[in-house]
Amino acid sequence: MSSGNREKLNNPMMEWVDSRLPIFSLLQKEYGVFPTPKNFNYLWNFGAIAMVMLVMMIVTGIVLAMSYATTTAEAFNSVERIMRDVNHGWMLRYIHANGSSFFFIAVYIHIFRGMYYGSYKQPRELLWILGVLIFLLMMATAFMGYVLPWGQMSFWGATVITNLFSAIPLVGDSIVTLLWGGFSIDNPTLNRFFSLHYLFPFLIVAVVFLHVWALHVTGSNNPLGIEPKGKQDTLPFHPYYTMKDSFGVVVFLVIFAGFTFFAPNYLGHPDNYIPADPLVTPTHIVPEWYFLPFYAILRAITFDIGIPLTSIVFIPAKLGGVLMMFGSIAMLFILPFLDKHPVRSACFRPWYKMALIIFVVDVFILGICGGKPAEGLWVPLAQFCTAYYFAFFLVIIPFLNKKEPVLALPNSINEAVLNKKVA
Amino acid sequence: MSADTTVDNSATDDNHGDGETRRDFLYLTAAAFGAVGAASFAWPLVDQMNPAADTLALSSTEVDLSPIEEGQAITVVWRGKPVFIRHRTAKEIEEAQAVDVADLRDPETDGDRVHEGQEKWLVMVGICTHLGCVPLGQKNTDVKGEYDGWFCPCHGSHYDSSGRIRKGPAPKNLGVPEYSFVTDTTIKIG
Repeated sequence: MSSGNREKLNNPMMEWVDSRLPIFSLLQKEYGVFPTPKNFNYLWNFGAIAMVMLVMMIVTGIVLAMSYATTTAEAFNSVERIMRDVNHGWMLRYIHANGSSFFFIAVYIHIFRGMYYGSYKQPRELLWILGVLIFLLMMATAFMGYVLPWGQMSFWGATVITNLFSAIPLVGDSIVTLLWGGFSIDNPTLNRFFSLHYLFPFLIVAVVFLHVWALHVTGSNNPLGIEPKGKQDTLPFHPYYTMKDSFGVVVFLVIFAGFTFFAPNYLGHPDNYIPADPLVTPTHIVPEWYFLPFYAILRAITFDIGIPLTSIVFIPAKLGGVLMMFGSIAMLFILPFLDKHPVRSACFRPWYKMALIIFVVDVFILGICGGKPAEGLWVPLAQFCTAYYFAFFLVIIPFLNKKEPVLALPNSINEAVLNKKVA
Repeated sequence: MSADTTVDNSATDDNHGDGETRRDFLYLTAAAFGAVGAASFAWPLVDQMNPAADTLALSSTEVDLSPIEEGQAITVVWRGKPVFIRHRTAKEIEEAQAVDVADLRDPETDGDRVHEGQEKWLVMVGICTHLGCVPLGQKNTDVKGEYDGWFCPCHGSHYDSSGRIRKGPAPKNLGVPEYSFVTDTTIKIG
């Protein structure tokens, strides 16, 4: 974290601080003059957008906690009190609830950007892995946060998800009891979820710090996927990308505000406005939309895996579903080591581009399947899409490593940018 | 390994030129103490999440069966969980007994799941063994699934009139809690 050879600052106050803790030099180096490829498109906005959403979630979350009551008897009513009686409470809660959706939208686009332009490839593997870790922490945080209003979906979503752990052989039931702090989801569960829901965002901040640190070691990837060769290929981060990021953030926030103020419950479930009832399961339990593809993968495994024509079962259906669901995230973790093709950007990989576009469509279809009841044609459709999801990582990408031709890349970012202008 | 090093150590104790083994031993024991200390402090931090004494102290529940007519079912709460108590009809009992146990995913005869002489009373924890939803089938108007028992709407598990899993993702039959007949019409669960 040292700023290397420090230049003296003109302002004596800043200089006094900077000579003792070179914070201004660091900012100047990492966010002022930081050399950034000059060919970014708008997909490169979503890291900054995600960061803005993270801060917004923490700020609104901290103030919501001031009016929230962490007991099963009071939780639902305290949230309604926030909505009706607390000054601006309705707005803060709607920002927080819709903010989680928009945080996920930003992060999903950010992940897609990384996959499309090969941002996970050498030397950015660890940068990518830290990103997937952030994604995992976000999912845990969002899940626990959804339990806090103590509505029907909160309760039954928590029941379904915590029961996933009972699929683990031998120790599964003990783990579930440990998570619950009782024999069912109850007051102890709500208390610990609140505690951890408050903690995890700060863990996310810590991993985001490492993520950005790693980014500033390797530098950013860019739409061409070739490394900058010199000054002519880059621009200083400020004002060029501070401005471009700000513009993107504002556009994103306009859409976000549209949902928050005009359709605040569009992305939620009406069932969560019914207080939790441990004796009545809603007819149709669905997680929040951002979990639906993974939920579809979980439900797609409806068969035991064992020796055919015997009753020997190695992996019962329930464990199989759980393994596949966690496996789908694991695929993202190991992606940098699966894809060995020397070209990064899908712009120069027509085969990979096609497979990736199908993959994105596949994930959307999984999302639709996850939102439907597990019956009829939705089951085989989800199974087929699950098969493609894993085949994309484990079959197609390794196949392309060897078979996809390596096209000629531009000599430099500068040359490509100039040629594009002429054409 | 540490025994070896101590022996070595005493042999070379006078040799000031060779303090290596003694130093290694001290590092190892210090690290081992540290690890044991950290683990013994970590355990209370984890174990505090397990059910507390008052949660464990939840008593058993007594249920009076006399008001339940044939074909009716009630749901009672025991340890925060729903327990289904069904007064089965002769047809349901017959269906449950007629099943070939070898065909079942979780093979259990109907007799294993009820008390002898009290075959009409089926008592089960009403929690789907897949992911913990409460199956439908308690009310006469509920969907009862393809086997005239219970149907879990969450992920489509069908249970028969003995609460055994017949179709769908659930791995096990609906659990039968420990209970005993206090009188002919009263049971004590737990």
